[in-house]
Amino acid sequence: MTNYTSSELLTINAARLLRDGDVVFVGVGLPNLACNLARRTHTPQLVMIYEAGVIGAQPSRLPLSIGDPTLVSGATSVCSMYDIFAFYLQRGNVDVGFLGGAQIDRFCNINATVIGEYANPKVRLPGSGGSMEIAAWANRCYIITPHQKRRFPEKVHFRTSAGFLGGRAERQAAGLRGSGPQAVVTDLGILEPDENGELTLTALHPGKTVEQVRENTGWDIKVAANIRTTPPPSETELRILREELDPDRIYLK
Amino acid sequence: MDKRKPLSTAIAEHIHPGDTIYAAGFTHLIPFAAGHEIIRQGINDLVLARATPDLVYDQIIAAGLARKVIFSYMGNPGVGSLRAARAAIERGDLEWEEYSHFGMISRLQAGATGLPFMPMNPTAADDLTQANPQYRTVTDPYSGKAVPVVPALQPDVAIIHVQRADASGNAHIWGIIGEQKEAAFAAQRVILTTEEIVDESVIRSDPNRTLIPGFIVDAVCHVPYCAHPSYTQGYYDRDNAFYLAWDQISADPDRLQSWLDEWVYGVKDRAEYWEKLGPEVHQRLKVKSKLSMPVEYGDY
Repeated sequence: MTNYTSSELLTINAARLLRDGDVVFVGVGLPNLACNLARRTHTPQLVMIYEAGVIGAQPSRLPLSIGDPTLVSGATSVCSMYDIFAFYLQRGNVDVGFLGGAQIDRFCNINATVIGEYANPKVRLPGSGGSMEIAAWANRCYIITPHQKRRFPEKVHFRTSAGFLGGRAERQAAGLRGSGPQAVVTDLGILEPDENGELTLTALHPGKTVEQVRENTGWDIKVAANIRTTPPPSETELRILREELDPDRIYLK
Repeated sequence: MDKRKPLSTAIAEHIHPGDTIYAAGFTHLIPFAAGHEIIRQGINDLVLARATPDLVYDQIIAAGLARKVIFSYMGNPGVGSLRAARAAIERGDLEWEEYSHFGMISRLQAGATGLPFMPMNPTAADDLTQANPQYRTVTDPYSGKAVPVVPALQPDVAIIHVQRADASGNAHIWGIIGEQKEAAFAAQRVILTTEEIVDESVIRSDPNRTLIPGFIVDAVCHVPYCAHPSYTQGYYDRDNAFYLAWDQISADPDRLQSWLDEWVYGVKDRAEYWEKLGPEVHQRLKVKSKLSMPVEYGDY
């Protein structure tokens, strides 16, 4: 069996969720690697846009920040931040958003703001950035995160961005244009919302078990009856990641 | 009108204790030299507004000159926390007012266009809109639905770094244009820093690239390498190694103060700072040329 790391597994499984022609709001780090991998494999027509205001980026090196100059040179277009959020995201021109955060809960709401009380935070996290609007307005959202109990509480301390709130009906009633989170990719498997918006284990990566998922989730997680096993990372996917995209292993720790 | 003056003079004339300042630029063109001059002059009680406070505000906060920060993403981009700002908040020493990126730049958009507030579509992320009473709702007079709004932000001073400007402050910017234009139009006073001062004819050769007209600018300061460790598209690269190093420097308050002593208080101006960085850093941040195709305006 081929050896691969957790971050490689996360990135490859995230890349597989993208469809050719998708317009993706790309986040820095693993989402950026996942999008570049997808563009080099099954989605050559992927359009990558960045919240800094870059549309159709073709980065020739791996950007450390979301505002790197390599995103600009050779891009299709560059616009202001107001324009990227208003004309592109709010108007409904973004198919996919990637989100991350310190905590994700049973209904896929995300906390990237504080641990503890908002007014007297125990840990002050960076905050929303663009995620509040991406979660609400992108057609589909995906989340990439390591599977750890502290990251998966039953209820987040602070709802930075909306998943399904208290259930799918509640999100629908709020009148948000995007259809919300579609999948959470972890290093153990894939969680998808059920008809009520509750995260359910639908796939395991090779060699991982339901018990491991239960031990590392902060609530009694539902398990799909017809649980799948994800195909292992292919030689091609690993080669592109290791040799072309992150040879210095900045993100693939 | 020739508005050129040294950066130290422009800061002394236009930034006062208690002011709300907006040093613009999303990762690109962040006016670090101006932040360092504010620290050297010890202008205190400042309200620091920026979508992404970045290292420039972490340093002003570490120097003890900030009363409050207004922001939408308080991190070291691609690296982690802004440690000085985060520690000040966790200690209870720094007030904060928080938005999402779109909320923050909608405030500037309203401020820049002279409107009282800006409407946005709902996000249902109500914890923040409840924690920050500046988020309100109005009734859409056409549909009767509730619409979230944020109030105009009109900072006392905006500091904008650009690639090139003429002596009266007509400025060309390219690359990531973030919220520079919005910040400049929203502010009461505008300090422009520029990599190059060019003749008015250079500006007039490409008017579509002029984001900021001179008549809203109060001071024009010629400050090459003003943005380091941020970058200026086409002029020098982002110093990612320094952004990574800052995570270590700022983890230790004593080490951070020593850094300020050496690199801010210990140098006279940006020219001395750049010289002190040395030839290896200069070489590492050099950028290969990639010109755009010229456009035909036509001679009418």
